[in-house]
Amino acid sequence: MNIALFLQMAAEACGDRCALAHDGTHYTYAELYEAAKRAACRFSKVQCEYVTLIDESSPAVPIALMGAAMAGVPYVPINYRLSEEQIIPLLERIDPAYLILGPKESDHSPDHWVTQSTSEFMNDVFSDDEMEVSWNEDPSAVAVQLFTSGTTGTPKAAILRHEHLVSYILGSVEFMGAHEEEATLVSVPPYHIAGISAVMSSIYACRKIVQLPTFNPFEWLSLCAQESVTSAFVVPTMLTRIIDELEASDIELSSISSLQSIAYGGGKMPVPVIEQALKLFPNVNFTNAYGLTETSSTITLLGPEDHRTAADNDDVAVHARLGSVGKPLPSLELEIRDEHGEPLGPWDAGEIYVRGPQVSGEYDGRSALDDDGWFPTRDAGYLDDHGYLYLSGRADDVIVRGGENMSPGEIEDLLHRHPAITDAAAVGMPSEEWGEVVALAIVKTEGQEITEQEICDHIREHLRSSRVPEVVHFTPELPYNETGKLLRRVVSEWFRIKDD
Amino acid sequence: MLKPGLRLKSAVCEAEIMVIKANDGDDLTCGGVAMAEAPESADANPDQMNGCVIGKRYVNEAETVEVLCVKSGDGSIYYNGDELMTKDTKKLPSSD
Repeated sequence: MNIALFLQMAAEACGDRCALAHDGTHYTYAELYEAAKRAACRFSKVQCEYVTLIDESSPAVPIALMGAAMAGVPYVPINYRLSEEQIIPLLERIDPAYLILGPKESDHSPDHWVTQSTSEFMNDVFSDDEMEVSWNEDPSAVAVQLFTSGTTGTPKAAILRHEHLVSYILGSVEFMGAHEEEATLVSVPPYHIAGISAVMSSIYACRKIVQLPTFNPFEWLSLCAQESVTSAFVVPTMLTRIIDELEASDIELSSISSLQSIAYGGGKMPVPVIEQALKLFPNVNFTNAYGLTETSSTITLLGPEDHRTAADNDDVAVHARLGSVGKPLPSLELEIRDEHGEPLGPWDAGEIYVRGPQVSGEYDGRSALDDDGWFPTRDAGYLDDHGYLYLSGRADDVIVRGGENMSPGEIEDLLHRHPAITDAAAVGMPSEEWGEVVALAIVKTEGQEITEQEICDHIREHLRSSRVPEVVHFTPELPYNETGKLLRRVVSEWFRIKDD
Repeated sequence: MLKPGLRLKSAVCEAEIMVIKANDGDDLTCGGVAMAEAPESADANPDQMNGCVIGKRYVNEAETVEVLCVKSGDGSIYYNGDELMTKDTKKLPSSD
């Protein structure tokens, strides 16, 4: 069991089909397969124990991923936006490695490493002699190692073994399920689990990957038109920016009429944004995917049919499903548990636990799974009567005011629907009286006014009075990381400083 | 011994499979001849030559055995004397 199988099968079944488009150059599955085999030979020859890539998306990404799998060493993509001081300690943990570096990266390499620029690597894997390779089928070998973003301290290395990734792909993707004209636009970075799963899913479905290395809404729309893109994955902030670009620029909607489906995930999608997107793209199928690195990507899906049913429905409970991340994949079990580990019923918020063959739940060689194989995600959420999952933030983000557990998401969802508010973040602020109280950071809509008092009244009117904030801070924008995740820790800091 | 991840080839055609689920001592044949990691070519049983298709998953009725066809061939895959059936997988919307 080895993820390299996906590329081998694609090359076998449709070797001449276009696998990848990057900056106007196209590669077939046969070409990628041959290049991955040559990469594997290079990796084996130098006896590296890891393959790492510190660069934007490029054809080197699938080649290094699959080549590393064939060579039997973990593939470790690292965030190219990190500083030298952040990268060096990570590299020390994957020594000795074969290092593939982007043009902007400085020379990080200790003596006994192999360092190549992405373009040198590409030259070699397309010019070396043709090679036959055989690979290890051990399902428990490590395929991918991803460093967590480290917003909570030293980055942890999440371990994904071949068995997890193969289970995920076989359980969710139909081999050669894509028609020849299908193309998917990938704009998530290669060091993110969504970037890894996009490569594997597309190869197994035999769907052409169109790479957009740095997201920009104009480029995204242009590339959609140029490569007749049929599907795309975006994080919520990307969708917002695409909609804004369509409204502000003179790009015609008809120029991207090939687009049939958009999947989104990687952060919480504000309901008004998806409502707007559904109106703007009535013929596009929207899918919301929720997943984690430790679960080999997607674990729940809200499909196109769910989106349409919810959007057109007057029933408040059904309409609310637009804010849900859907139901678990058929191959997975999911439970909500309280702080003592006891399962909770519908509507009770607690920590999300999952179990199934794609779930690794392993960091630096230590498993976070419990004795029965359940993985505590550290995400908080609840299920409705029909089994739809709603996220309410990280389990650590829950605000505990006088013993009452409050989800920041509940408050933020209400505020996102207010016309004078563009964005909102609710965090816990230390309080001598209550332990914690609610503090709000608010981004006002341009040209609109709203006061602290009006916000408090609005919350008191719609939610329990415990949700009313102690402090409201107005800010031009909220801090997000590059994959659209709200940096709550940064927001919390704003209120700590104000205390002094 | 069959175990998940094992790759087996047909002795009678081009077919190759990967074992997804199996028990100890299970017997898999293609075209009537035992499958192996490096089999010597053999004559097929013409009654067991209905073919297998790359990307399809094959299971027995009890779903105790499951294999993935990774290379198409002319032989059909049998387990302990019964022909394996293609497994219908629920089509999910693409999420990546």
